[in-house]
Amino acid sequence: MARPRTFQHFREVQEELGKTGAAIFRDANGVESLFIDSPYSIHYIHSYAEDSAFFLGLAEKKLLGSKCANPACGFVYATPRGHCMVCGRPTEWLELPRRGKVHSWTTCLFGSEAFLKETPYNLAMIEFEGAGSLFLARVKECVQSELYVGMPVEARFAPEPKYSITDVWFVPVR
Amino acid sequence: MVSGGVTKFAKAHPAMDFRLMVKKAYDQARAEIPNLTADRIDGSRVSYFSDHFSRQLKAASMVQDYLGLNPKGSVRIEWGGATGGECFQAAYEAIASGRMDVCLAAGYETMSRVATWKGNEFIALASDTNFDFPLGGFYTGYYALMVMRHIYEYLRLTKFAHVTNEREAQRLAIAEGQRIMAWVSVKNHLNATHNPYAQYPKRLTVKDVLSSEMISYPLMREQICTMSDGAATAILCTESVAKELTDRPVRVTGVGTGTDTMRLSDRPFGSVPLFPHEKAADYAHLPYPGVHSFRAGRTAGLEACRMAGVTDPIRQLDFIELHDAYASSEIQTYEDLGLCKYGEGYDFTLSGAPFLKNIDYGLPVPQAGKIPVNPSGGLIACGHPVGATGLMQAVFAFWQLQGTIRQHFGDSTLQIRNAKRGAIHSHAGTGSAVTVSILERGF
Repeated sequence: MARPRTFQHFREVQEELGKTGAAIFRDANGVESLFIDSPYSIHYIHSYAEDSAFFLGLAEKKLLGSKCANPACGFVYATPRGHCMVCGRPTEWLELPRRGKVHSWTTCLFGSEAFLKETPYNLAMIEFEGAGSLFLARVKECVQSELYVGMPVEARFAPEPKYSITDVWFVPVR
Repeated sequence: MVSGGVTKFAKAHPAMDFRLMVKKAYDQARAEIPNLTADRIDGSRVSYFSDHFSRQLKAASMVQDYLGLNPKGSVRIEWGGATGGECFQAAYEAIASGRMDVCLAAGYETMSRVATWKGNEFIALASDTNFDFPLGGFYTGYYALMVMRHIYEYLRLTKFAHVTNEREAQRLAIAEGQRIMAWVSVKNHLNATHNPYAQYPKRLTVKDVLSSEMISYPLMREQICTMSDGAATAILCTESVAKELTDRPVRVTGVGTGTDTMRLSDRPFGSVPLFPHEKAADYAHLPYPGVHSFRAGRTAGLEACRMAGVTDPIRQLDFIELHDAYASSEIQTYEDLGLCKYGEGYDFTLSGAPFLKNIDYGLPVPQAGKIPVNPSGGLIACGHPVGATGLMQAVFAFWQLQGTIRQHFGDSTLQIRNAKRGAIHSHAGTGSAVTVSILERGF
């Protein structure tokens, strides 16, 4: 068996692991450390549990928030939650308006590995008339220079649902 | 606190795993108080953020093994980015409760063991995986959303209120915000050139920062901390034991913690919890915290200050080591910690107050030295091996208060003369958890 190749730059170690699965790093003092490639992947049985109706709603092109069922509270959540954060009582589903406004925004030119290939993408916190909290979404069909706080936007839904939050996004109201 | 140790923070320490890194930081701390024999250490609190980075669950047990501390009590502490700060306070609590006389706080992270963008993915998994992560989970993006609103509230609606074209006003406000954030980056990187433990010491100009790569608009590469390998330790004990071990102990006089919602979307629009020097009328029209400020940081700061008897932080603290994972969050944190009022963070930066007096930053900083912030270089320049970071701040603050910066850094530039009281501040994902601890010279 051949000994793994030796490198003095850590970046080269990473590249070598992708090719042969093993490499040796030698530091400035001559100390050698052996590295191996160690892949990892898993399929989770992810449950939306009490948030399920929201994701099923997206497939029907409905954006569901929730409203505290306690008449003395009645807080409206643009991102739904099963129980009210203010008074602790259960909430009821409530359809949100399709139109809202950009409360804050960014354009990501980099991202996590899972999303690097989708860059650049815009993220925005959306505010809705009558709701006391916000909703995070992608904003499509516009570029960074067009985005601003207060911009009116409108929801769009995926024709084929993936049952993910990415089934809804917003576009500028033109 | 009677001793501390820290490894140099680096992009990668290929020849050390987490056990060896912690061992080096532990041996350094032990070497400085030779009277402390191992049998007198009652136990430990060990912190690291993510099991994903080393794919070794219960890694804290292996730290305990490697240091030879079995069968004493130990527990792993994890609280996102605030992991190190929580570990420090967990050790404090072990002593304060009377459970232990001597407790080791040890923290580390080995982030080099996955590719940088995979590491970003692991960190982003500390956001809601139903509603936030699948949109493009990326912490720099989340902080960009926060600072964008901060800029809107505190520059667009104030300094640029006179500009009638809305989009032009916002464009000008963002450019001004980016320029001022660059000052923070210049400060922290330059401070770090006097700190041999720092990962990215360098002299930058505002122009250099502003011409670095855009990562998530408006945040640029030089305004953001990076992935690091590193470890740090702190040894805490009772007052009577401290006197046997060192003639230069540091007293922990205040601890505070705070939390906020995991999702930015759920942050309320309420009113500001006030420091004694603030009035409700100051914030009559400010929806708080919204997504522009860290309510957890304000809450932690208020609790720690109340306990330490600090009523006006800027006058009563000599320095702060705070969690500048982003230049934006340093400015937001000035406001949370009451160094200036909400809305004054940008002007406070430009006043020079958080800069060191004896360093030439190439910037006009008339009030330099008023309250040095991140004299060590902070996370932006020292690095951010998550589980070690809050403890690294404790170690640097400890050396400041001992007056031993020259001894430890081989350079006295960063030593704040006659520093008697300082604060350390550790912060988790978008401000979902924050710790503040106040340390004072105990001799």
